[in-house]
Amino acid sequence: MPSDAPGVELQTSAPLRAEARRMGRIARFLDSDLWYSFSRSPLTVLSALVALTLIGGAVFAPILAPHDPFDLATLNLMDAFNPPAWMEGGDPRFLLGTDDQGRDLFSTIMYGARISLFVGFCSVIFAMTLGVTIGLVAGYVGGTTDAVLMRIADIKLTFPAILVALLVDGLVRAALPRELHDRVALWVVIFAIGISNWVQYARTVRGSTLVEKNKEYVMAARVIGLSDARIMTSHVLPNVMGPVLVIATLNLGFAILAEATLSFLGVGVPPTQPSLGTLIRVGNDFLFSGEWWITVFPGITLVLMVLSVNLLGDWLRDALNPKLR
Amino acid sequence: MPLDGAGGATRPLLEVEDLARDFDVSKPLLFRLLQGEGRRILHAVAGVSFSIPRGTTLSLVGESGCGKTTVARLVVGLYAPTRGSIRIDGIDMATLRSRAAQAPVRRRIQMIFQDPYASLNPRWRVGNIIAEPIRAFGLMRDRSEIEARVGELLRQVGLSPKDAEKYPHEFSGGQRQRISIARALSSDPEFLVCDEPTSALDVSVQAQILNLMKDLQQRLGLTYLFISHNLAVVRHMSDRIGVMYLGRIVELAPGEALFAHPQHPYTRLLLEAIPDLEMTGRQRTPVGGEVPSPIDPPSGCAFHPRCPFANARCKAEVPALLRRGEVEVACHAVAEGRLPA
Amino acid sequence: MPLLEVRNLRVEFPTRRGVLTAVDRVSFSIDEGEVLGVVGESGAGKSITGNAIIRLIEPPGRIAGGEVLLSGRRIDTLPPQEMRRVRGKEIGAIFQDPLTTLNPLYSIGRQLAETMQTHLGLSDREARARAIKWLEDVGIPGAAQRIDAYPHQFSGGMRQRVVIALALCAEPRLVIADEPTTALDVSIQAQVIALLKRLCREHGTAVMLVTHDMGVIAEAADRVAVMYAGRIVEIGPVREVVKQARHPYTEGLMGSIPSLTRRVERLRQIDGAMPRLSDIPPGCAFNPRCAKAFDRCRADRPELMPTQGASRAACWLYAENGSARDAA
Repeated sequence: MPSDAPGVELQTSAPLRAEARRMGRIARFLDSDLWYSFSRSPLTVLSALVALTLIGGAVFAPILAPHDPFDLATLNLMDAFNPPAWMEGGDPRFLLGTDDQGRDLFSTIMYGARISLFVGFCSVIFAMTLGVTIGLVAGYVGGTTDAVLMRIADIKLTFPAILVALLVDGLVRAALPRELHDRVALWVVIFAIGISNWVQYARTVRGSTLVEKNKEYVMAARVIGLSDARIMTSHVLPNVMGPVLVIATLNLGFAILAEATLSFLGVGVPPTQPSLGTLIRVGNDFLFSGEWWITVFPGITLVLMVLSVNLLGDWLRDALNPKLR
Repeated sequence: MPLDGAGGATRPLLEVEDLARDFDVSKPLLFRLLQGEGRRILHAVAGVSFSIPRGTTLSLVGESGCGKTTVARLVVGLYAPTRGSIRIDGIDMATLRSRAAQAPVRRRIQMIFQDPYASLNPRWRVGNIIAEPIRAFGLMRDRSEIEARVGELLRQVGLSPKDAEKYPHEFSGGQRQRISIARALSSDPEFLVCDEPTSALDVSVQAQILNLMKDLQQRLGLTYLFISHNLAVVRHMSDRIGVMYLGRIVELAPGEALFAHPQHPYTRLLLEAIPDLEMTGRQRTPVGGEVPSPIDPPSGCAFHPRCPFANARCKAEVPALLRRGEVEVACHAVAEGRLPA
Repeated sequence: MPLLEVRNLRVEFPTRRGVLTAVDRVSFSIDEGEVLGVVGESGAGKSITGNAIIRLIEPPGRIAGGEVLLSGRRIDTLPPQEMRRVRGKEIGAIFQDPLTTLNPLYSIGRQLAETMQTHLGLSDREARARAIKWLEDVGIPGAAQRIDAYPHQFSGGMRQRVVIALALCAEPRLVIADEPTTALDVSIQAQVIALLKRLCREHGTAVMLVTHDMGVIAEAADRVAVMYAGRIVEIGPVREVVKQARHPYTEGLMGSIPSLTRRVERLRQIDGAMPRLSDIPPGCAFNPRCAKAFDRCRADRPELMPTQGASRAACWLYAENGSARDAA
């Protein structure tokens, strides 16, 4: 179908575009369709705010937390089992109460969220790197390489992610002596969750790569004689990354939950670096004896974190979907 | 027949001999075993020979499935030939094995594609797209030098040097084709393979691009291999024209001769099928039938099921491309003198 | 009374950045049995005009003004239920891509029969018999056997023939054909155009033939309307417009088409490009690219005015009683 003038498109006219360039990049972003769709959805804005608050609190925990829960010198067993500040018997020093060791729950949650987020982000980055690379190579090279890589992916998919993570963690735990394991435990968890999650990226990227590799700009690069590796990284990769961002955002929620699950089961992060999952586990023992806050507040934090990240991922997926525009 | 290769001056820039390319389109192994089917081979190009003298334009024209795009891609090195040879300025491409050995030849030959929307990487700035061949062949290193050259190329194709900062989606189809041409010219090539460069463009934009291409050819002494399905465009652009049908060249003649005295029955059919824009009231009798599938082509001369002059020999024997003066025709009826003038 | 009359049709697309007018006060008529070609380049609004007539404009696009009358009856204001009856029974449609027009899950016989039963109330047996007859009419060899075949088992040209049968089987009085041959090979194009012409002549069906291909228009149309930036710039009998275009755009368009008979060094080119819908210049939309433009062209939008014979052009050059004036 011939075309020169684009017809009915949401394009700004030349004067508007020139003005936009003068405004600078931030202003242009605010003017873009992405920001428009974001600001129009109250739920998304709310999710973003919640997520930012949680992430901010976690990242700046050392500065923001009212107490340092790991400083044994400041702990006092007399402070143990304080209910939240607004309840009877609560202490205004400890906003959300204290746990069985006298640690301030609010601070502990902030530090715990820090670990949870750290593990979550790192495992997502690991899974993304692994999955994108496999998908790109499988899609571009094709043939037997593609078949082999995709069969490996299929096999991986037959195992539930948590099970894989448990397996990996268990193996490492059995292989390494206790002290060594405690030091690398964090990275083992990241590796375990990452390796259980890469297939989605690989499949999506492979699909996009199959489409892109037949496009004429890739042919143009081949005509010049560029190597396959160069074409894959500089030409195809930028064009297949779009859906990857959406998957990563949605996966972040899952990764955080996976870490919490592993920690709750006792096979996640070491007890010296408790995450939200660890806190929930610890608090679980006291749930029915009345000290509900020790498990409930970390739980609520976890839910808010995962929910807000998932909602953001949903919005991003719909906003970036060209068919829905 | 290629011109006599006496020396560099008279040697044609491109010589193609018995070029062929097969594609394996068999179903996956499991399906084949279960359904008891054999392999299916698509003979996209079934033995094509031609040459292009320096500074001229040869067009390959034909309908879908005739193999003209595959020939273009073979010449440019995107596919490896199943059979036959490609000689660029006397150098046999098959003898160059490594990428390093191929580079000097690749620099001299570039390609322009059909789809203006898919031929530019949407994530790259126009300036980088045009500069890529320069960087890939190591023709210039200095950034400002490259910038200046890109600006010059943009001006050559009728755009502004400031356009180098923009992204492809900010341009219309015709402008994108100009950018494609600028990219093709950046390595200072001698030979351009143009695969339906204006088929996706509006008529008035097509005129602009065709005029531009002719100007550039005159100014830079370029040689073109021009692929198209549009006979009128091909007539406008070419010195010589090759008509293809199901992977073979059926007629190869200078432009004027082809249109004034078409020989092959398929060429005649094509000319008949073109709408009468001059409103001469010409009575057209569209010939029936459709182009058969290239996977299972008819025996002998592939055109025989649709040909009013076919006889038993046509069904059995593939006609060879025979030369009569400046015209080459692959047709038994013509060779036997059975065809009315 | 003309079969179809379109008066001052306006189609708008509201966007974040304002309202885009894709079709701007377009008026024309089609008589019974006549073939009107609507030609223009991309973005000219010809497909949208066709879609607006059969009310297939996707929201947020909408018909913002004007009237569409079928045999004197307004159809642009019909409720959706009524419009569905008009579509198919009185107005048929042929689109560019036969692969997406035909439902891949049903045999072509079933699709034909279903259409006829819905609109003509035929019995199963009658519908099937007629479907076979239609397939023969459109030139499908072995119609009686192939009636139960599926769309993917046909070639492109054959599929388009089936689509023609589908459009005509309910005996509509008007068919809107949107780029019916663009996706086909040249030799098949000729066959399909000849088929369309013959069938419409036999059944007395009028055709609105929308295309960018002037050659198809020259072959098939009785009258032609040339569109530019959502407006009709020239309209008249095909012979007059094609051989002696009056509007500078049509002249430029005809000049830029390479000819099979005369070989020229350079094709006539119109510099620039069709304006984007958000950027249409005031006055005559073509004025920035027109070599003959003068002050009035930049200020006032010209209406269609008589030029020669039965043709009209929207150009101030013809403002005085149809005689061409020199550029000021």
